[in-house]
Amino acid sequence: MMQGVLHQVISGIATGGIYASVALALVMIYQATHHVNFAQGEMATFSTYIALTLINIGLPYWIAFIGAVAISFAIGVAIERILMRPMENAPVLASVGVFVGLLLIINSLSGWLFDYTIKQFPSPFGSGTPLFGGYVSSHELGSTAVTLIVLIAVYMFFRHTRLGLGMRAAAFNPVSARLVGIQVGWMLALGWGLAAAIGAIAGMMVAPIVFLDPNMMAGILLYAFAGALLGGIDSPLGAVLGGFAVGIIENLMGAYVVGTELKLSVALIIIVCVLVVKPSGLLGRKVTSRV
Amino acid sequence: MRATPALAALVLIVLVAAAFLFSDYHLFQLTMVVVYAIAILGMTMLTGFNGQISLGHGAFYAIGAYTTGVLMTAWDVPYWATLPAAAVVCAGFGFLIGLPALRLGGLYLALTTFALAVAVPQVLKYKSFEQWTGGVQGLVIDKPDPPFGLPLSPDQWLYLFTLAIGAAIFLLVWNLARGRIGRAMMAIRDHALAAEAMGINIALLKTRTFAASAMCTGVAGSLSAIAIQFVAPDSFTVFVSITLFVGLVVGGVASIPGALFGAVFIEFIPNLADQVSKAAPGAVYGVILIACMYVMPSGVGGALARLVRRVARPGRRVG
Repeated sequence: MMQGVLHQVISGIATGGIYASVALALVMIYQATHHVNFAQGEMATFSTYIALTLINIGLPYWIAFIGAVAISFAIGVAIERILMRPMENAPVLASVGVFVGLLLIINSLSGWLFDYTIKQFPSPFGSGTPLFGGYVSSHELGSTAVTLIVLIAVYMFFRHTRLGLGMRAAAFNPVSARLVGIQVGWMLALGWGLAAAIGAIAGMMVAPIVFLDPNMMAGILLYAFAGALLGGIDSPLGAVLGGFAVGIIENLMGAYVVGTELKLSVALIIIVCVLVVKPSGLLGRKVTSRV
Repeated sequence: MRATPALAALVLIVLVAAAFLFSDYHLFQLTMVVVYAIAILGMTMLTGFNGQISLGHGAFYAIGAYTTGVLMTAWDVPYWATLPAAAVVCAGFGFLIGLPALRLGGLYLALTTFALAVAVPQVLKYKSFEQWTGGVQGLVIDKPDPPFGLPLSPDQWLYLFTLAIGAAIFLLVWNLARGRIGRAMMAIRDHALAAEAMGINIALLKTRTFAASAMCTGVAGSLSAIAIQFVAPDSFTVFVSITLFVGLVVGGVASIPGALFGAVFIEFIPNLADQVSKAAPGAVYGVILIACMYVMPSGVGGALARLVRRVARPGRRVG
């Protein structure tokens, strides 16, 4: 029994890492623009298809990995500059509409360019024998490591570089940031690019487990939402912790309480519970509005 | 405003006449247009009048459809008697979802309802409910025959039945919107604080609006089950919710006639786009949705209303 629980927790951490990455991508866009990107999952799926295409034309895995991340970054920047810029001060309904439209377009683009059949996606960490007495597969270990590296890199970028500071300033107070000479518009575009790149990595890490098809990320996006809300939608650290927590909760609930068939409902329950009990999340700031 | 009832009556007459002019297949399509219009009207109440965004009304549509399906197959309830049952069940669910929704700003509500829509097919497939819901297989429903020996084909009867329900619901919602409660709903949308200061009980009205909206969409789902004669979990994926949302936006979020335009759009555009490729309907929806947000935020309904006003009062510039 104890070993079973331990096994579930460890594989929960592995999937939680992927939720944490997508949650981080969501929070980055939310912090900068106060929009929730409903298309984040579809963007990640599309990036994964790009990676698969690069691998299929014969590039080594890590070159294809870097290529896909770079292309995704460019797509993210382009979407912000072309589609989102005019929506800066639009009402919530308009931004939700644009995001849902983007979701539909990217989803059908994936299906149209790469067809709807389910595809296998290679893992760079091999499918070797489980490690540590059967608790962890080599892919789980490798993808968790990649996720942690990404998270640490993002943290270092925001803490210790000029550009990261500029982006935080642009998100925190756009007017003052503009006055001290930060190009706020480009900072937002950069945020979109980074979010798309992080999403791409998450997609490539999850694809070997769930297989690749145009709707691959629908469920994952939901868990990432749940993770972001649990940690606090305006806190990057919270999003990461929330993502890991949701991964563990999902696995334990799936194994012992509701069974695998109702796993998605777990995400819904987490979302509703967080919003009812503590809407600002574990690490988020309380929002007060001026009258 | 005096022109509106006349126009509505004219539309209704044309729609009734259609029952005797079209083939059975086209009548089925028209039935679905009316069904979608009712479903979208539920969202118009919630989003257009009250300002609460839902991306999960497909869930209520599914609950309505399944209420009808289960009642008809497990308990042999006649089809018309399942409609009030579906209305009550969906209003109940809507009220339950509306409670946490009270604490959520626009975006969070959209997100939560989106999660609801994604989770619904899994619940419908769940093994413990299989004896009622039929699991993955779904349920097959008998087609209703015209009553009292009326000289109509089943498709004609089904269309006229759906149309009658639809007309009644449109009339109810139109009256609601023009009355005290409708004004209060819009006041909450436009300025919640001021509305509260004027003595409107925001929490009560918002949850009730959610319940009424879910009820409306649920009745539509119930009618769709009767029309299609089949319910299955895979007919109620998150794309149903997204489709209804597209219909809402294209028709015009706060426009009652807009619901009908939105319904025509989501019934016929995918059929046309499907002939191009399997991926095309999604892409067309996406492009038109974004285009609407940029150039026509009030949808077809809003654009027509402006046109009518301009024609009616040529002296004054409006909008």
